[in-house]
Amino acid sequence: MGRTDPIDSPPEGRDNQDMLAVEVHRGTEDDSRFDTFYVPMSENQSVLDVVTHIQRFLDPGLAYRFACRVGVCGSCAMTVNGIPRWTCRTHVSRVSSNGTLRIGPLKNLPVIRDLVTDMTDFFEKWQKARGRFVEPSDSDTVSDNLGSSTTAASNKSFPVRGENGLYVIPPDGAARSEANAAIECINCGVCYSACDVVRWRSDYFGPAALNRAWAALNDERDGDHEGLLRMISSNGGCHNCHSHQSCATHCPVELNPTQSIAGLKKASVKASFRAGRQK
Amino acid sequence: MNYSTLRNSPSRWHWGLVAAVVHRLSGLLIAVFLPFHFLSLGLAFESEAFSDFIAWTSNPLVKISEFFLVAALAVHFAGGLRILALEFLQFSKAQSFFISLSFAVSIVVGLLFLLSVFS
Amino acid sequence: MNIRSYLVQRISAIVMVPFVVTHLIVIILAVQNGLSAEEILGRTRGSFGWAVFYGVFVLAVSAHAAIGVETVLTEWTTLRQRSATLVAHIFGFLLIIIGLRAIFAVISP
Repeated sequence: MGRTDPIDSPPEGRDNQDMLAVEVHRGTEDDSRFDTFYVPMSENQSVLDVVTHIQRFLDPGLAYRFACRVGVCGSCAMTVNGIPRWTCRTHVSRVSSNGTLRIGPLKNLPVIRDLVTDMTDFFEKWQKARGRFVEPSDSDTVSDNLGSSTTAASNKSFPVRGENGLYVIPPDGAARSEANAAIECINCGVCYSACDVVRWRSDYFGPAALNRAWAALNDERDGDHEGLLRMISSNGGCHNCHSHQSCATHCPVELNPTQSIAGLKKASVKASFRAGRQK
Repeated sequence: MNYSTLRNSPSRWHWGLVAAVVHRLSGLLIAVFLPFHFLSLGLAFESEAFSDFIAWTSNPLVKISEFFLVAALAVHFAGGLRILALEFLQFSKAQSFFISLSFAVSIVVGLLFLLSVFS
Repeated sequence: MNIRSYLVQRISAIVMVPFVVTHLIVIILAVQNGLSAEEILGRTRGSFGWAVFYGVFVLAVSAHAAIGVETVLTEWTTLRQRSATLVAHIFGFLLIIIGLRAIFAVISP
């Protein structure tokens, strides 16, 4: 069993080392508190280094997530001084000016314990915004399990197959360039945690799911753009975004979900006018 | 790519959020005011009642409120233009910052104009 | 918000652009040298043009404000979506009624 009481007096550092005073969220949502730990400062120290030090040397009971430690997996995302960040890519010296740090779990998600959140909602919304690729059928109509039917021909810019049977999509084509801007998302949850509308509306898909839907919409091979547009135009869909751009401000990979969502809004408006004319 | 810290301040406030909250609060103010506006204009069925009402508006407190209401309309309008630009012209984050800035400047200019009128 | 309320919100906003600009100009001109009932009514009484102008304006702003209120109620209060939509509809219809009445009051000679 690890310690659960806060450490009141700082342990002595070596060679007059400066100590960082770190407040760390502990417990669950119903039983929440902040414990203070004192961690020796060093150069080139990341926030993840600090959390690791606490768990290894000060309180083994601290629960937190990490994986790659080098800024490519997104697992270590936490709230640092009020802002969602990748802790492995956050230098302490850049966020802590007076020797203090406040670390908590990502916001807008249920807390399992300490710094660990339950990402279920996040991933379920990702699935719900239908970011999966739907195979087009070679026959005239395609009916997928969303209950919609569409023709590959309704996807205006459907690519042709080359001699080797693969679809020909030029890398610098308009749709591919749009998809390019959105596909680097690694589902770290920082944007979801930063989004005010996610906080205000439990049914809102959120920036990551909608950003992914935009990438899927720009996949010219996808067999069900109509169904995708219908899904993101529903309650909880892209029209709830108020363009705060908190997502774009905090995305560690510098994506811009607000811009992707603007693309979804335009596409859904165009589709609704098309549908109106066809009636 | 710049993976490291984007912001050092311990606050989640940024220009996009400021613009959005200002837009929302100004909209709420106008929405609350509109029923009073329509009902007071409805007094014009009787010229005397309407004249009395207009005379009442020369009260300095009313003048100050009018100032805030007109400012709210101007701010809400400018913020709305920003939203339309972001959504239909798909401006980038940098571009939208300049839209926010230009609307802030235009509000200041507009309000200065109004001030000179009210004094 | 879904695509329908989104479209009404954005379209009413676009429609209102020239109306808001005109209204702001009229306000600024009207308050020059003090606000006066005679000046206001002198402009509006018997004017078909102003009747049409304010008529369209009232319809657009009522739709726009109602959807805005619905959004704020859903996001900033504990009201459920259906209740918020109901309140918004009532608010919108009330605005239309008293707005058109106000136009009638200032236009009819």
